[in-house]
Amino acid sequence: MNQSVSHKDTKTRKLFNYSALFVSVWQKRILLWFAPLSFLIIFFFLPLSRILLLTFDISTFTRENLWIAINVLGFTFYQATLSTLLTLLLGLPAAYFFARYEFRGKSLLRALTAVPFMLPTVVVAAGFNALLGPRGLLHNLFPLFSFPFIGTLTAILVAHVFYNTTIIIRVVGNALSSLDPKMEQAARSLGADLFRVWWNVILPLLRPSLFASSVLVFLFDFTSFGVILLLGASRFSTLEVEIYLRILKLPNLSLAALLSITQLICTLIFSILYARLVSRSTVQIAPRSAKTNIRKPKLFREKIFVAFFIFILSSFFFLPLSALPFRSLFRLEADRGQRGDVQPGFTTDYYKELFVNRRGSVFYVPPIQATLNSLGYASATVGLSLILGFPAATALARPTRLEKILDPLIMLPLGSSAVMLGLGFIISYGAWLTSPFLVPVAHTLVALPFVIRTLQPAIASIPQRLRQAASLLGASPFQVWKTIDLPILRRATLAAGTFAFTISLGEFGATLLISRPEYPTIPVAIERFLSQPGGLNYGQAMAMATILMTLTVLSILLIERFRLPNSGEF
Amino acid sequence: MKRFLFLFVFLLASCTSQETATPQSTEPQTLTVMTHDSFAVSEAVVKSFEEANNAKIVFLQSGDAGAVLNKAILTKDAPLADLLFGVDNTFLSRALEADIFEAYDSPALQEISDEFKLDSSNRALPVDYGDVCINYDKAYFAEKNIAVPQDLEDLTNPEYTELLVVENPATSSTGLAFLLATIAHYGDGFTDYWSALKENGVVVVDGWETAYYTNFSGSSGHGPQPMVVSYGSSPAAEVVFAETPPDDAPTASIIGPDTCFRQIEFVGILKRTERRALAEKFVDFMLGKQFQEDMPLQMFVYPVNPTAALPEEFVKYAQIPEQPASLSPDEIAANRDRWIQEWTDIVLK
Repeated sequence: MNQSVSHKDTKTRKLFNYSALFVSVWQKRILLWFAPLSFLIIFFFLPLSRILLLTFDISTFTRENLWIAINVLGFTFYQATLSTLLTLLLGLPAAYFFARYEFRGKSLLRALTAVPFMLPTVVVAAGFNALLGPRGLLHNLFPLFSFPFIGTLTAILVAHVFYNTTIIIRVVGNALSSLDPKMEQAARSLGADLFRVWWNVILPLLRPSLFASSVLVFLFDFTSFGVILLLGASRFSTLEVEIYLRILKLPNLSLAALLSITQLICTLIFSILYARLVSRSTVQIAPRSAKTNIRKPKLFREKIFVAFFIFILSSFFFLPLSALPFRSLFRLEADRGQRGDVQPGFTTDYYKELFVNRRGSVFYVPPIQATLNSLGYASATVGLSLILGFPAATALARPTRLEKILDPLIMLPLGSSAVMLGLGFIISYGAWLTSPFLVPVAHTLVALPFVIRTLQPAIASIPQRLRQAASLLGASPFQVWKTIDLPILRRATLAAGTFAFTISLGEFGATLLISRPEYPTIPVAIERFLSQPGGLNYGQAMAMATILMTLTVLSILLIERFRLPNSGEF
Repeated sequence: MKRFLFLFVFLLASCTSQETATPQSTEPQTLTVMTHDSFAVSEAVVKSFEEANNAKIVFLQSGDAGAVLNKAILTKDAPLADLLFGVDNTFLSRALEADIFEAYDSPALQEISDEFKLDSSNRALPVDYGDVCINYDKAYFAEKNIAVPQDLEDLTNPEYTELLVVENPATSSTGLAFLLATIAHYGDGFTDYWSALKENGVVVVDGWETAYYTNFSGSSGHGPQPMVVSYGSSPAAEVVFAETPPDDAPTASIIGPDTCFRQIEFVGILKRTERRALAEKFVDFMLGKQFQEDMPLQMFVYPVNPTAALPEEFVKYAQIPEQPASLSPDEIAANRDRWIQEWTDIVLK
């Protein structure tokens, strides 16, 4: 049953009555799974199966519909694979760069890479357009070097890399900084070159986190919605986009149900593949302090590498985003008839205007209230997803037969269409829809797979003998968790918490649930400004987006500064 | 773990009990109004209704017009609200077919012109109207010394190559309205017209926000196209939402014959409501002068009630086409999917 227990552990195990252990293991499993599983059943499987049963119809299996499904699936798979590979191409060296080198402004740059993750797609599209669009910065600086961007596959791929690189940086970066540098040093002293060290030592050890982060990125790309719709200029369609269209625009609910089921089955297949791969590759290693791995660049080529990556990352992540604060502080209105030479003027009007309910609207969003609402929902999401994620990840890290079945199911919320699930919520929990309580629940559904997949490889890497030693010395299970798991898992927990926080902060969620205007969040406020014409509205949307960005960077910096008391430096 | 679980269950229970608690007789009655995300109204106007009727109004915003209607149809047997505002003439037939509304012959209807009353049995009552028109960037046309196109035909002329951005009718109601305008004008010949527009480099985006703020040159986004499918009232909004009041609107609408499509929005009392009397009062209120005069600057639409005075910005900068395109709701309902599919095959493939 406990496959990953090493030989040394059998000796300690003999001290227990074997059958008693077996029973207690099952009891423990039930205890671990009770909360996360109930949550998923109540808020995911039940509403989703109700809506699918209601809408699915066997007569949908016509040749025409299957052709639509296969075509869309083909493109969805194609763009997700390309996007994931490109994200790894940037993310892996970036993860190494962050995990190994110390330099000035590192935390800020790291926080910056997470910002896109929570920005509404409309805002990101505006940012890219200001940079690469036909009248963007690049075109103005180098007129010969401009190319069509919006509406191309390139735009979709770049946006996906922009959004998801942070996943690789965080998940793989964590694993990298916990690696024991002695292994590398040993390999080097035995004559292996850099390539062989990576190929034979580092990559095999990184495999679990590499698979975990890649499968998350892949699923996010696979179910991509806003990016495809906005940057694809209607020329491309993924399953998620097609489901949305078939539910809301060209109503054909049974085709939507067919597409939803296709998407769910694909997600299930990817998750099973992932579970297979990862179960073969987990190695238990004693974790090392992140500090022993981190140092300032010394050699010339290290300095070049670091400088190069600071340049690449800051321009890739900062330039498209910089358009937002710029446009929130500078007016671009030229005198009439002189459009050619636009002279930007500095203004704080947009920010001041945020605090004025000029038209006395019921739906006016006070910026401080929106910020507080966003922070409140985000904190609740972090709490809820960690409470549910920890026991699930603990169980998954030492899989029994039960976990083999449950493991792929955990990922399903990421692979289900938000619009479809939203309808399921409405028919199942219509009476509760007005409660603000459902908002963090919905955010947790998205955040939970991230939290579990971030914690799971970290928990799996903790040597079981450490725990058993503590148990033998009389520690209660909670004490074991507190003194062994928690300190080792601090980094992974922070990463998981950061994911949950940013997911909640950026989630628009209007398609998923019915929103009560009394509890607006920042993304809701941005959408509201952008839904009406006028310079002041645009400026205020940019100002609100800037507040969201600042808030994210500050929160991430704060979370990463956060140290658990008495945990010491690992 | 158990403690957390307990807390979780407790939270759940407390939330539900809050919702189901029966209000005492002295407490105001709560009326729930389901609307789309673009709905807006003044606090003062809502308050005056609440105070006069000892009521509390709760607005549920449920996505765009299509999403709201879908949600209302799905929850027909256990409605989430007492009233639904925001079904327009392109969706009207679907709402009536699904039978989600109760008829109400509001006395306020007497004042309203028959051209807006599309449902003869008054299950859906008209509240506002507006025209989807092509807006143009005045400065661009003045600077380049090009004439502004006057009708749909002009748009296929080579001098307007790559100057127009439209929304995909499959994803945007604005885009659908413009497609319907071309169908009202050309009939089945709309496919040839769109082939010509495509030939002339028409730009297609997913929705109004992208079209207006990313592609249109006359808005703050300073995009590449000087013409965009937007609303007849957008030029007025550009003035209202300017930082320093300009002496003229930066944009205007092309209001030739059939270049604009008229949208009418309706309100209806949802079947199975338990607060029918209060719901009736709210419908009367929405059609009354106070609410109707508040709408233009909140939602940038026109009042259907002719006694409601228009704000100055509307009189000056918003244009009403003399001959807006229109199609009957039944015709739209019967052909909408086919039209969108044909459009997609021509323009996007």
